[in-house]
Amino acid sequence: MTTHAKDLAVDVRGLRKRYGDVTAVDGIDLGIRQGEVFGLLGPNGAGKSTTVEILQGNRSRDAGEVSVLGADPAHGTRAWRSRVGIVWQDESAPAELTVDETVRHFARYYPRPRDPEEVIGLVGLEAKAGSRIKALSGGQRRRLDVALGVIGGPDLLLLDEPTTGFDPAARRQFWDLIRKLSDEGTTILLTTHYLEEAEALADRLAVVTLGQVVAEGEPAALRERYGTGATVEWSEPDGTPRAERTDTPTRTIAELTLRFDGEIPALRVSRPTLEDVYLRLTGQEDAR
Amino acid sequence: MTTTAVRPRTETPGGRLPGTWGLGLRRGALELKQFFRQRDQVVFTFAFPVVFLFLFASIFRDDVQDAGITASQLYVPAMMAAGIMSTSFQSLGISIAIERDEKVLRRLRGTPMPPAAYFLGKIWLVLVTGVLETAILLAVGTTLYDVDLPSDTGRWFDFGWIFLLGLTACALLGIAISSVPKSGRSASSVVVLPFLVLQFISGVYIAIDTIPDWMLNIGALFPLKWMCQGLRGVFLPESAQVLEQTGSWEFGRIALVLGAWCVGGLLLCLLTFRWKNRRDG
Repeated sequence: MTTHAKDLAVDVRGLRKRYGDVTAVDGIDLGIRQGEVFGLLGPNGAGKSTTVEILQGNRSRDAGEVSVLGADPAHGTRAWRSRVGIVWQDESAPAELTVDETVRHFARYYPRPRDPEEVIGLVGLEAKAGSRIKALSGGQRRRLDVALGVIGGPDLLLLDEPTTGFDPAARRQFWDLIRKLSDEGTTILLTTHYLEEAEALADRLAVVTLGQVVAEGEPAALRERYGTGATVEWSEPDGTPRAERTDTPTRTIAELTLRFDGEIPALRVSRPTLEDVYLRLTGQEDAR
Repeated sequence: MTTTAVRPRTETPGGRLPGTWGLGLRRGALELKQFFRQRDQVVFTFAFPVVFLFLFASIFRDDVQDAGITASQLYVPAMMAAGIMSTSFQSLGISIAIERDEKVLRRLRGTPMPPAAYFLGKIWLVLVTGVLETAILLAVGTTLYDVDLPSDTGRWFDFGWIFLLGLTACALLGIAISSVPKSGRSASSVVVLPFLVLQFISGVYIAIDTIPDWMLNIGALFPLKWMCQGLRGVFLPESAQVLEQTGSWEFGRIALVLGAWCVGGLLLCLLTFRWKNRRDG
């Protein structure tokens, strides 16, 4: 499928950014289509946050062409800002105000905001609407951050590691929220170093390491392309666990079936997970 | 070319962006709400100059030679000027540095809020707290230390413009100095030191006729000295003019210096204001 540039919500070519001697972003290309959820996946320090900050218009770049909703973020107008929602990595909301007051106030900045009450419900903070922000838990503050990111009814939502510090239940709730926003047609870019998050949410993802995109595509396609082979595991009659890596698992099992003449004890066949692929791509395979 | 099913919402005509003045008012209301909800901060902000007025005016109470006033009376306009500077220069200098450090400013910059609305909000905050502070000090001064409210409208008018110009100049300088501290934690030391020094060399704590001329001349470069002088002109009898450096209140020159600081302070703010911390690039 060819995608014309004007269908792209985010179009990045040859993006570069250095901090002193350190090259944070080293020639990144990205094309994010209207309405899709795009995951930027990579280890800490890979250049994800720098990239997102450049897309937000909050950081200058050294080289490359960047178009976000048809405009260069370095010269974002108020009208442009009203269409881009941002959820920062480290947040701070006015501690002395209540959730309700804060969301209502931020709604005033936008030409066509969403209903504050509806947004508070969307992030699941109804019960806390009247509470001061300083009384919220970390996860609740994060949900408030998301509420402030979407209150303007953005066409594009940029989320930088939105679920860092969440417990598993809160993370699931957050995923549901992202899916809801996506169903409404919001284009979403999220960075994460949680693999299962990228796999659960992203229509497409790019794996970034050392400031470069090392792989890009749908999660399943990535797994297929880079995760060849399978691992067959079983137990010998004396209980010794065995494992064999093979490109032809069916043949291995057929042989085992003959040897055991029936059920193979503790049989397990596994394809490489996206995590295996990810670790291989980011050169962290030995970390396992 | 394949057409995607989802029609981008970007093509719906956008509503009108909210106006800057209206948003400035809303920000002002929000700033005041946040300020008054921090009880300890409210109490200390307002009590500080009152306590100092009480201390100085109660310790030094003798008649001032040939001026027809007491030392206590001298401290009332002096502390009012210091109070105006503390609610504007000191409170903005510290609070904006903290807001920058805690990334409140960066978040605002990511919204379509016009930057001017943020500054308008701060001006409303400073205006309301400055009026309250001045009213409290004036009430203490008139009840305890024999300071009379001006009887003619001309003096009230002078009071009005000295208050407004002084407050504006100090607020702008406060916004400018907020960019100096590297972090929110160091903000209060960075802001309080110059304020304290200025109070000593501008005739707040120590009567101007006892301060060496060279110090007073340095103080005269900044707004505080002129605010003190102007408020003495408003609240003290004409006989007290002999204490001044030039033997007169110099209202014209006060207006000129404070006005210049308003313009200069604005330029300084425009040139130096940053939405992000230095280490945030």
